[in-house]
Amino acid sequence: MQRTDEILKIKDLHTAFRINDRYYDAVDGVSLTLKRNEILAIVGESGCGKSTLATSIIGLYDQSKTRVQGEILYKTQNLVSLNEDHLNEIRGSEIGMIFQDPLSSLNPLMRVGDQIEEGLIYHTKLSSEERKKRVLELLQQVGIQNPERVARQFPHQLSGGMRQRVIIAIAISCKPKILIADEPTTALDVTIQAQILDLLLALQQETGAGIILITHDLGVVAEVADRVVVMYAGEIIEEAPVREIFLHPKHPYTRSLFHSIPQMYSSSDRLNVIQGMVPSLTNLPRNGCRFASRIPWIRKEAHEKNPHLHEVAPNHFVRCTCWKEFHFNRGGNT
Amino acid sequence: MWKIIVRRFILMIPQLFVLSLLVFFLAKFMPGDPFTGLITPQTDPARLEELSEKAGLNDPWPVQYVRWIGNALQGEFGISYTFKRDVAELIGERALNTFWLSLLSVILLYTIAIPLGILAGRYHNSRLDKTIILYSFITYAIPTFVLSLLFLYLFGYKLEWFPTSGSVDIEYSSGTIQYYWSKLHHILLPTITYAILGTTGIIQFLRSEIIDAKAMDYVRTARSKGIPIKKVYTKHIFRNSLLPIAAFLGFTITGLLGGSIFIETIFGYPGMGQLFISSIASRDYSVITALVMLYGFLTLLGSLLSDIIMSIVDPRIRIE
Repeated sequence: MQRTDEILKIKDLHTAFRINDRYYDAVDGVSLTLKRNEILAIVGESGCGKSTLATSIIGLYDQSKTRVQGEILYKTQNLVSLNEDHLNEIRGSEIGMIFQDPLSSLNPLMRVGDQIEEGLIYHTKLSSEERKKRVLELLQQVGIQNPERVARQFPHQLSGGMRQRVIIAIAISCKPKILIADEPTTALDVTIQAQILDLLLALQQETGAGIILITHDLGVVAEVADRVVVMYAGEIIEEAPVREIFLHPKHPYTRSLFHSIPQMYSSSDRLNVIQGMVPSLTNLPRNGCRFASRIPWIRKEAHEKNPHLHEVAPNHFVRCTCWKEFHFNRGGNT
Repeated sequence: MWKIIVRRFILMIPQLFVLSLLVFFLAKFMPGDPFTGLITPQTDPARLEELSEKAGLNDPWPVQYVRWIGNALQGEFGISYTFKRDVAELIGERALNTFWLSLLSVILLYTIAIPLGILAGRYHNSRLDKTIILYSFITYAIPTFVLSLLFLYLFGYKLEWFPTSGSVDIEYSSGTIQYYWSKLHHILLPTITYAILGTTGIIQFLRSEIIDAKAMDYVRTARSKGIPIKKVYTKHIFRNSLLPIAAFLGFTITGLLGGSIFIETIFGYPGMGQLFISSIASRDYSVITALVMLYGFLTLLGSLLSDIIMSIVDPRIRIE
């Protein structure tokens, strides 16, 4: 890949929330790049910081409670240091966002067409009629059969899948270079999920946008992602091309994630689960391997003191050294 | 929609019927009768009996009820014993007084409360917000009669800026400019008092609605479109936050005729509230029953109006 293909570069990003007058990093030193035409999946349990990472990119956090440090480079600009007005020029027009819950993500009092049109008013010079035409085009593009009628409807009159299509139409309305999809299929049923994923893939082929896909659904990752970043407790713990990570997962956390997928032909009727929980933000050990507490059967010396990302295969990075000694606990308390 | 409105009106008939029975019996069971006040040591009991007989008070209750409700349906509520006037006429006059007072109060109330609520919600936790909250708690904590009396004493007696009772100076005849100015002058002080005391609910309601709305997913979507934050507020947050206020609007509109007992009594303003309380004190049955029936009807009408308003402003609620 050439350097010019990189459209977003995040360097050592720290996003901290203020809790009782202290700041705690929810995203703790994340660096990654997104290339044109690429789908980068960010995977992890709830609370691992993946959604925080997404909202940090376009500055959609509550500024009174959040502190963002580091660099998010888009086209020579550092998004972290931009003010609201400059960010608004980028939001929607250069970076589009797709949200998880399609019902609550649409304004219940506004017609669908008007909600799609809103971004066009501020980011394009189209006249009112041209915008109306564009709205219908967009609705068609996201696979809605009768765009004229849907444009005049209110969100509650549409099905879940239709609403998510509308959300996608909003996100792509100004042909952004980057799409951030925060769990776009989580709230949908399985057949609709597949349709929405197909739609995202088709749109990407049309526009060549880079997509950051945030999900905890490994099935979705296998289907659409090019590259996968696995996050745990605010850090990236493994990063690899999708084939590589599915064939040779290294980090104990990644392996545990794969291990916990229910197997159709498994003889066991118990689910494999990862012991314990993601530590909460306020009592997260900040030094040493953050996953160590959940694999207590691995000896302490296997972990690095200050775990770094190591390139173990081309483009395959793993944090810490504990993966070398990791084995699943067969002791029965899993 | 029209069908529904007609059906709701038809549904009001049984409700009003039950209310009329209640009102009728409450009035019946109240101790004393309209002639109690006439009794003196010289009164001949036979004379009282004769009066009762003439007034139909000795008839069986269903006969009395039917006679009363029959007359009421024709707009005939009888004669007020205290004022010796036709009840419908009396109430009409008082309702008009109350209507102007309430209308002005409600307009003033909303002009104060809505901007303050919006500001407090938008700049949540700022110094401005805290000042507004302090103001609204203070006005909430002051009892109506305390502030009324304070204003009356200060602006009425001490500074003499405003008249202290009545609804118009008697020297002006109806229709002249001085007459209307005098009316407005009489209304102002009670209006201001009423408006100041009523703001708390709306401010607090609106403020918390806005704070809630700010965290909504659709607001995040709106922000992700890159539209100016001002537009996010006007087009997304405020519109959704004003819904609960709109839900009360029907009651507020019909409430315009209800009047405030405290305010009208203290400011000596001849309105509905004052009429109600004085008619109870003087056992003026025909006025009491007419007023209670009217209030009942207004409440039912208010809830219908609120439903209609909600169906207009919120697309999720359709009367079908």
